[in-house]
Amino acid sequence: MGKYIEMIRIRFLMMLAYRTNYYSGILIYSINIGAYYFLWNAIYGEKSSIEGMSALQMTSYVAIAWMARAFYFNNIDREIAQEIKEGKVAVELIRPYNYLLMKTMQGLGEGIFRLSFFSVPGMVIVALIFPIAFSAHPATWLMFAVSLVFSFLINMQINLLTGILTFFFYNNTGLIRAKRVVIDLFSGLLLPISFFPGWAQQIMNYLPFQGISYVPSMIFTEGFTKPEIVHAVLLQVVWVLILLLPIQIIWLIARKQLVVQGG
Amino acid sequence: MKYVALFFQYAAQYMKTRLTYRTDMIVEIGSDLMSQAVNFVFILLVFGHTTMISGWSRDEIIFIYGFFLVPFAIFGAFFNIWDFNERYIVKGEMDRILTRPIHSLFQIVLERMELESLFGVLTGTAVMIYAGSRLDLTFAWYDPFMMVLLVLGGTLVYASIFVLIASISFWSDSPTSIMPMMYNIGNYGRYPVNIYNSIIRFVLTWILPFAFVGVYPAAYFLGREEWYTYAFLTPVIGLVFFLLSIFMWNVGVTKYRGAGN
Repeated sequence: MGKYIEMIRIRFLMMLAYRTNYYSGILIYSINIGAYYFLWNAIYGEKSSIEGMSALQMTSYVAIAWMARAFYFNNIDREIAQEIKEGKVAVELIRPYNYLLMKTMQGLGEGIFRLSFFSVPGMVIVALIFPIAFSAHPATWLMFAVSLVFSFLINMQINLLTGILTFFFYNNTGLIRAKRVVIDLFSGLLLPISFFPGWAQQIMNYLPFQGISYVPSMIFTEGFTKPEIVHAVLLQVVWVLILLLPIQIIWLIARKQLVVQGG
Repeated sequence: MKYVALFFQYAAQYMKTRLTYRTDMIVEIGSDLMSQAVNFVFILLVFGHTTMISGWSRDEIIFIYGFFLVPFAIFGAFFNIWDFNERYIVKGEMDRILTRPIHSLFQIVLERMELESLFGVLTGTAVMIYAGSRLDLTFAWYDPFMMVLLVLGGTLVYASIFVLIASISFWSDSPTSIMPMMYNIGNYGRYPVNIYNSIIRFVLTWILPFAFVGVYPAAYFLGREEWYTYAFLTPVIGLVFFLLSIFMWNVGVTKYRGAGN
């Protein structure tokens, strides 16, 4: 266990060394939040609420969704793809640790870094510019924190899956890019899942994506009732467990037919 | 003439290298299509809950988005200078560029073209046809020429902003993070400017004139006469900004000292 925690620490320190890159990141996210802020206000216009959400709730939703993304988002899928392409994965496989778990830990180190140097200060800055409603209930914050952990895990697992698929596709930069765009929409980052038409929501209920952004953001903006929160977080847990299965299976198959391209 | 011939030779060469890795190219076009589709779906979903956004209807917003895609695609095909600082200044590649017998910026455009981006012209046109037919837009005989003119104006706006920022690299070392920021600000141009507050509107019109890539020129085809002045300004703004950016570039090149090696 010690080596995995060490990995979190090393990645955190590595990110810390390049922290200036992240100040511009905050600005970029704020620019995006700004675009959606004006857009949503124009969409609301005279209406006081759409799908049970007020304009203020929607602004808060957009802000927290982006700042939470700063936490769970990482490029581990690209890193895995790179290591597979360069043949480094062969060396990784003989090292005395579980490769996928190690990657998860690196992602976590990165996530903790981004949470403390990107999400939190970013949220403060955004709250100074735009009107954002912060909940006064500690329980909301607690459930938000819990669901954020699971949103990190689900996103991580999907990253691992797309990363390992490089074993079969050799060059899957396109797949990784497409995955990112699809997740932005289906996870509820761009707009809440409740804004989708009924049939689409039905389909989305059978997909893991809304556990990434929709669930924590709805909890944060208090758009969910108590039973809804419990249900949503339980669903996140179930997805984390379900996703373990395809990862393990594909990983086993991949290791068997590993082709190292050069190296 | 030399420039035209060179352009086609580089383009032919580019096609050859790309067609060797066909799947890569198809996947790339596919993922571009995917992100365009996501933006499109976003507009559709939003209009499931409202009929008007600041006086613009669903199909008008879709038309603006379709128009935006065209200049953006042309820009993306020829002005891949977002990594100019790292690629040319830090690595000293600019030394090589300066030994070439054509204008340095044109040389970079030739080297860095990504013709598959041009696929966005088709998607944008398809989106405009879809929205236009639902809006029953009528076109005069000169409108296709207007389209070319306004698209060129929009492309020049985009290109000049990025050339201007790239030129900063000649003086200072750290504008790398400004580039991705510009791409995000550019997205503001996809929506009507009257949804923004007056400061942002001013910036999008006169300082970083991204509004001239989407809503202003599109307003001409939508028959929104209140925006006609801005629509007709599109080529002017494009040209003025482009000349300014070329001027800055040329001055910058004289300040270039090489990375040393």
